Amino acid sequence: MSDFNVVNVSRRDVLKTLGLATGFVVSSAVVPKGIRALANRALADGILADRLEPSVYLALDTDGMVHAYIHRVEMGQGARTGLTQILADELEANWDRIHVVPAFGDLKFGSQNTDGSTSIRMFYDAFRMAGATARHMLEDAAAAEWGVARDQVEATDHKILNKVTGRSQDYRDFVAAAALLTAPAAESVTLKTRAQHRYIGKPVRNLHMEEFATGSSIYGQDVRREGMVYAVAARPPSVGGKLTGYNREAALAVSGVLDVVELPEMKAGWGFQPLGGVAVIATNTWAAIQGRKALAASFDGGPNGSFDTTEYEASLWRSIDAGGEETYARGDVDTALAGSARRITADYFVPFQHHAPMEPPAATAEWIDGKLNIWTSCQDPQAVQNTVAPYVGVAAEDIYVEATLLGGAFGRKSKPDFAVEAAVLATHAQRPVKMIWTREDDVQHGFYHAISAQRVDVGLDASGRVQAWDHRAAYPSLMETATGQQTDAATSFEVGPVMEQPLVVPHMRIRSGEAKAHVRVGWLRSVTSIQHAFAMGSMIDEIAEVTGRRPDEVWQDLFGSVLTGADLTDASRREPRPLVAERLGAVLRRVTEMSGYGRALPPGTGIGLAAFTSFGSFTAAALEVSVSEDGEVHVPRAWTAIDCGLAVSPERVTSQMEGAVVFGLTIALHGAITVKNGAVEQDNFDGYQVCRINEAPEVEVAIFENEHPLGGAGEPGVPPVAAALSNGIFAAVGKRIRRLPVGDQLTG
Amino acid sequence: MPKYSLRINGSVHDVDVAADTPLLWVLRDVLGMTGTKFGCGANQCGACTVHLDGAPARSCTRAISGAANREITTIEGLGAEGLTTLQNAWLAEDVPQCGYCQSGQLMAASALLADNPDPSDEDIDRAMLRNICRCGTYQRIRKAIHRAAREG
Ligand code: FES
Ligand code: FES
Repeated sequence: MSDFNVVNVSRRDVLKTLGLATGFVVSSAVVPKGIRALANRALADGILADRLEPSVYLALDTDGMVHAYIHRVEMGQGARTGLTQILADELEANWDRIHVVPAFGDLKFGSQNTDGSTSIRMFYDAFRMAGATARHMLEDAAAAEWGVARDQVEATDHKILNKVTGRSQDYRDFVAAAALLTAPAAESVTLKTRAQHRYIGKPVRNLHMEEFATGSSIYGQDVRREGMVYAVAARPPSVGGKLTGYNREAALAVSGVLDVVELPEMKAGWGFQPLGGVAVIATNTWAAIQGRKALAASFDGGPNGSFDTTEYEASLWRSIDAGGEETYARGDVDTALAGSARRITADYFVPFQHHAPMEPPAATAEWIDGKLNIWTSCQDPQAVQNTVAPYVGVAAEDIYVEATLLGGAFGRKSKPDFAVEAAVLATHAQRPVKMIWTREDDVQHGFYHAISAQRVDVGLDASGRVQAWDHRAAYPSLMETATGQQTDAATSFEVGPVMEQPLVVPHMRIRSGEAKAHVRVGWLRSVTSIQHAFAMGSMIDEIAEVTGRRPDEVWQDLFGSVLTGADLTDASRREPRPLVAERLGAVLRRVTEMSGYGRALPPGTGIGLAAFTSFGSFTAAALEVSVSEDGEVHVPRAWTAIDCGLAVSPERVTSQMEGAVVFGLTIALHGAITVKNGAVEQDNFDGYQVCRINEAPEVEVAIFENEHPLGGAGEPGVPPVAAALSNGIFAAVGKRIRRLPVGDQLTG
Repeated sequence: MPKYSLRINGSVHDVDVAADTPLLWVLRDVLGMTGTKFGCGANQCGACTVHLDGAPARSCTRAISGAANREITTIEGLGAEGLTTLQNAWLAEDVPQCGYCQSGQLMAASALLADNPDPSDEDIDRAMLRNICRCGTYQRIRKAIHRAAREG
């Protein structure tokens, strides 16, 4: 054996030479003492993999360095840190010896679509298993090396303890040997208990925190490549509009402008296609922007050129009047309504909203040795691969797509039209091109959260109990964006959140009215739960008003209690209703207590409550709202609670919940995109206003922990906010807000 | 094109750009200093905040011709000699979410503290009003500024 020297042999041959086994499976039982020396020798001879790689999500180098392949992107929600915590915990890794690899697109990872608050809950089990499997293999290798029984070794903090000798040795000493082993079957891998967790559920600082504080974090807008040029584009103001003219010479005359390039026209079936138009390539961004001005590009309106949000809203109310398609029903709503002692009917309206992430979209593309490379702040590198591929004539998997950090996204960057533009231009220019969206581009060419109209008809019996809830909605569907199929009404998936609430009403119906999309409709943080939580949460408060009861009690009755009868066995529900009611009731109770609900408040001040279940989690908010004599709304304090089963990164869940209040307040107080003659009227933060520091309340967050399956955390904090605000306004000054944003409704 | 000599974070850089080019794009595209961020290009969001002779300025609307011969400090210069008290306070309060606005927030906050070593909540709101954080980290920004003031 000391002459062990083989050239060009496979791992299997090495194992044979070592006299270990003839098959691939080497269990610890047959691994002889001294395997590490042999493995290291083989490694030195270059015939073995120099890393332990039992999963696509992690690898260990022979110096003990852990490479964590965190395939989901980081946009402020903390997913990359959270997933690393899960991996490191089960691996018993030392936090400082983990290198997190940037996310790049590859099907082998499973879904990389960082959307729907899914990163942690979808990959919790897989990441635990990956870490635990590697730990198990290192322990096997150590037991074999020391010639001790398997239960006499234990991995802790990047070391393995030999219980017989009481001595510990670093992981690095066992990596090469463990790499000889075949990964154990899942059943033989023991996962840690919650009590044993060292990172999961513990306050761990975001991986990028120090970069953020020093300005060294790299976003899509910050990518730099050797020889790179910069591009901006003029796009048709309305979807489907076509380029009709531009002054190429004037643009080329601008100092720094290198080229003017037409972009491919948009085809039917929108999807994530870019809008078309014409791009200016220059030596720096400013020159490109000046060149674009000089172009004076003109467009025809196309099929949506006369779109007008004021007229459209009227059409949505006509759809509501017409009834719409039934998407859900229980009991007999019409009869119950007709027989009710009292009726409440209210109309709720929410305008188009925009993501406006702090970092406008950007992508850099470069061909290197015949392969296309893209670095971009995208939410799904696989979607970038798939969307770009047909434009450049290569297979999706042959495009290298790396996700940089994202300067916020909120759903916008799951639609990689900007990456297609970069790829088309880099192909044309045959040099690296960074496609930059300015804020004006971002606000005017977005994928907007749908404008919506809702009418809720409620029937009460003589004692004030709610017997019927007839919910109508009309808003354009996001499906043409999501699937490329024209869809002329909100789908049952989109109105689903209404059904998902544990509403204690025996007779219920949900209908969706006709509403064709004329702008690209996208998904914005918490999606249709935004408008549905606003309508449902407002109506619950209106029921309290009409029946003269305390809102907190009505909330508990309608959202925190169990309805007996048919609905309990409704198989179309995702989760059993009693559990939903129990969890939602608990978060409601918590914010009621935290806020001191019912305490005496100064005049013009009130507390508004709301709760909602979304993305597998349960959240509630209480907002203290004061309205000044001249109608200015101020929210000094807010209390929120979330039950997401387990908060892997409590620190991040807390900050997501804090941020969600501000995000929800932007929607409730300011957010509105309006369209005239097919073009968006707002173009920057002066037109599309977002909350600033003077409007940000002090938010206190409660996090529940239990044994239920994990829920999401990035989005669920948003839905209750708008209703809590409008209910707070009602409590403060008795004025009911049924249209968002509040804007100047109280000052006028 | 005209040549400009810029003093940034204590060192001199010579650049050759159109006179109307905003300082932001000179920093980011010409000099490769991407710590200063682009958020709106219209004096609306504060992501591009730098210091000119110690006072906060929006680099996106400040033409290069007006920035030459001034002392320019960017986020890269803020912690050049190790993290400042302010940056440490930022870490202690775990302020950033996506981080994109934070260079601008830190530059605005450090100018505030230089001016007013013990600001009230109202002082903070007034000074930080022009810096948007779409992630909504405002309450932690307030806390971190108070902490930095305390820890001097
Ligand atoms: S980028 Fe300068 S203020 Fe927004
Ligand atoms: S941390 Fe994301 S915009 Fe401020």
